[in-house]
Amino acid sequence: MTVVDDGAVPAGLGEPILELLNGFVVELRNAGIPVSLTENLDAMLAVKHIPLEDREAFKYALAATMVKNQSHWKAFETVFEIYFSLRGDQYDLNNQDGQNQDGDDQDQEGDGDQEGEGEGEGQGRGGGGNQMTPEELAQLLYQALMSGDRGLMKMVAKVSVKRFAGMEPGRPVGGTYYLYRTLRNLDLDGVMAKLMEQAREEVGGEMTPLEQRLTNDEYENRVDMLRKEIEAEIRRRLVADRGVEAMAKTLRKPLPEDVDFMHASREEMVKLRRAIYPLTRKLAVRLQRKRLHGRRGALDFRNTVRHSLSYGGVPAEPKFRRPRPKKPEIFIVADISGSVAAFARFTLHLVYAISGQFSKVRAFVFIDGLDEVTKFFEGTEDIVEAVHRVNTEADVVWVDGHSDYGHAFEVFWERYGKEIGPKTTVLILGDARNNYHSSQSWIIKAIRGKARSVFWLNPEPRSYWDTGDSIVGEYGQYCNGTFECRNLRQLEAFVDNLA
Amino acid sequence: MEARFESVPAVREALGKVDYLADEGIAGVVYLADRLGKPVLVEGPAGTGKTQLAKSVAEILGARLIRLQCYEGLDEAKALYEWNYKKQLLRIQAERNTKETGGNWDEMSDDIFSNEFLMTRPLLEAIRATDPVVLLIDEVDRVEIETEALLLEILSDYQVSIPELGTITATQIPLVFLTSNNTRELSEALKRRCLFLHIDYPDLEREREIVLTKVPDISENLADQVARIVRTIRNLELKKAPSVSETLDWANTLMLLGVQNVTEAEAVDTLHILLKYQTDIAKAAKELTSAPSKFQKTS
Repeated sequence: MTVVDDGAVPAGLGEPILELLNGFVVELRNAGIPVSLTENLDAMLAVKHIPLEDREAFKYALAATMVKNQSHWKAFETVFEIYFSLRGDQYDLNNQDGQNQDGDDQDQEGDGDQEGEGEGEGQGRGGGGNQMTPEELAQLLYQALMSGDRGLMKMVAKVSVKRFAGMEPGRPVGGTYYLYRTLRNLDLDGVMAKLMEQAREEVGGEMTPLEQRLTNDEYENRVDMLRKEIEAEIRRRLVADRGVEAMAKTLRKPLPEDVDFMHASREEMVKLRRAIYPLTRKLAVRLQRKRLHGRRGALDFRNTVRHSLSYGGVPAEPKFRRPRPKKPEIFIVADISGSVAAFARFTLHLVYAISGQFSKVRAFVFIDGLDEVTKFFEGTEDIVEAVHRVNTEADVVWVDGHSDYGHAFEVFWERYGKEIGPKTTVLILGDARNNYHSSQSWIIKAIRGKARSVFWLNPEPRSYWDTGDSIVGEYGQYCNGTFECRNLRQLEAFVDNLA
Repeated sequence: MEARFESVPAVREALGKVDYLADEGIAGVVYLADRLGKPVLVEGPAGTGKTQLAKSVAEILGARLIRLQCYEGLDEAKALYEWNYKKQLLRIQAERNTKETGGNWDEMSDDIFSNEFLMTRPLLEAIRATDPVVLLIDEVDRVEIETEALLLEILSDYQVSIPELGTITATQIPLVFLTSNNTRELSEALKRRCLFLHIDYPDLEREREIVLTKVPDISENLADQVARIVRTIRNLELKKAPSVSETLDWANTLMLLGVQNVTEAEAVDTLHILLKYQTDIAKAAKELTSAPSKFQKTS
């Protein structure tokens, strides 16, 4: 039987574990998590107190000392899984196809389970991986999802990755490819349907919508668990094949606040949407405080004189008016054509979430035509819903649905130009890729003349500006400022300064 | 320093005895806080038992809980210590009356800046305590960033410097918990000195256990249903997801109504206990009463 090295089990706190920890910290920093020297030292002290064979406790000890921001947890977890992944021969890609391995395999299956989350239950059933027929595997999968048993799921993951992922040593393919191949073969949707059918039979015919919903959520949750197990299995094998550093580098993902709006995947979009809500709340609180504090109003002459009476007419205690800083008025003019739609959505979301900080917010969206969408946001608390309506109901296409900034600005100036006053701040969102239409940049100049300020936010990296059909420079010369706004961090910083 | 806890499982078990169901992460961090002598910064959504954790830990240790509730405008005089001016004045007056000469100034100033005239506030009290104490600094994100600095000396060295008296060092290292609702980023300096613990909404099993322990006489079946419905609701995109305390309120309500099996109508009627925004309630009601679209065809 092979001795499995857990990666985290050497007795005592010898050199190897310190070295491993050091590498781990370097990788955390590479992933963008700030780990200070004291935190690093704390972590080393902490692991002395934790029994190293308890993997979960070890993980939490490291997290508690080094990760001080919840949004970094995901990144931490990935790095942890890579650095302290279960290691051993059974993950070796060269080792998997030989028939003579079968006997060995069974032993290792047991080992693998025990050192994981400790759910050793599933190992007895089903037997070793390779002799299983597809029917048996399907049956096992069904059983695993039916019972929600962690051990069984691990087992399914192990067998199906081995069978379907088709992993070859040294092949430079990412984990997602293998995940896709494995999942495609498992037909999880089919299994889900079967499970729901089964649940329906159990209650004897009709389920109420609520029951259906709950059962469905339960199974979806289990499928999710299984997917995670499969991902973990693939990762372990990849780490065994390519080594820790290489894997850490491939799997490195930007933190939510650093995700680029324009290139976010669907999954990242969901995360961004989740991240934006607490962010807006924080921003609103901060701005509210800023308004109330830190600034003193003008001298309140009457009040000062009245108080001076108690000092015999000496104005010893000057009194000030309560500060009432003027709230700016905001006009947002956003390009919502395909390439920059996500960016416009987030900005609208953010600005409306703190609309209390402005006296008025009006929103306009355009592609080659322009439409006012303020009414969608008024009288609704649900910003997500409002943004959805903007996307479906606003009349923004004039000719062909390709961005035409020039024409959009013309319409804007003609219809709403009169309403821009000295209190108005105009925000223009877009990449200024005008498809070689005429720029009509005189309008921006005219707006600048009437408004308090005009800002241009561009979701493209600065190095792409003014290349190809981008004419942000031409517009920018008439703005009070042009800003690169590629991720939540930059957007937040801008909005913070705005209010 | 003597260790308070044996091991991580021991912490977990002890917390379980006072009806606080800790998961691996919570127990682990509490254990480490004791061993490393470091404060714990507890963060997470409202109503997930952050404050309760400190209370429960105090309870299992049989320690006194000293609580500092933070708010905007909290200052040194309210958090650390204050000189008792009135008493000092009285002292000076008394001095004058006894000795007509007015007395020696040095002597006097030594006298009025002594322990007798010091009013301790929570932080100093925790430092000076000789009995076991747990210090809870609640909602630390509410104080201004400048005020945070007040805490730093205590958190890293467990001492308070009073210019007139010198430095007061803790006789024992108290367990310190800071809670934050994350309405603003705390300063790096503060974070660096603490262990970080994020308490999130519990998973299904833990929530069911919590409902079972905290709601008397609830049946397993109902607790399970409650936990599952709450999980489904938390998965929706809402303004404010239901907290654990709201789950418990809801379970209690269902018990009072004599419900054994939650049906849609009952769920929708009592949703306002779980959710506090009208838009959220409408959304959840819609979601709960409509079957998942994927499977509508087959039914």
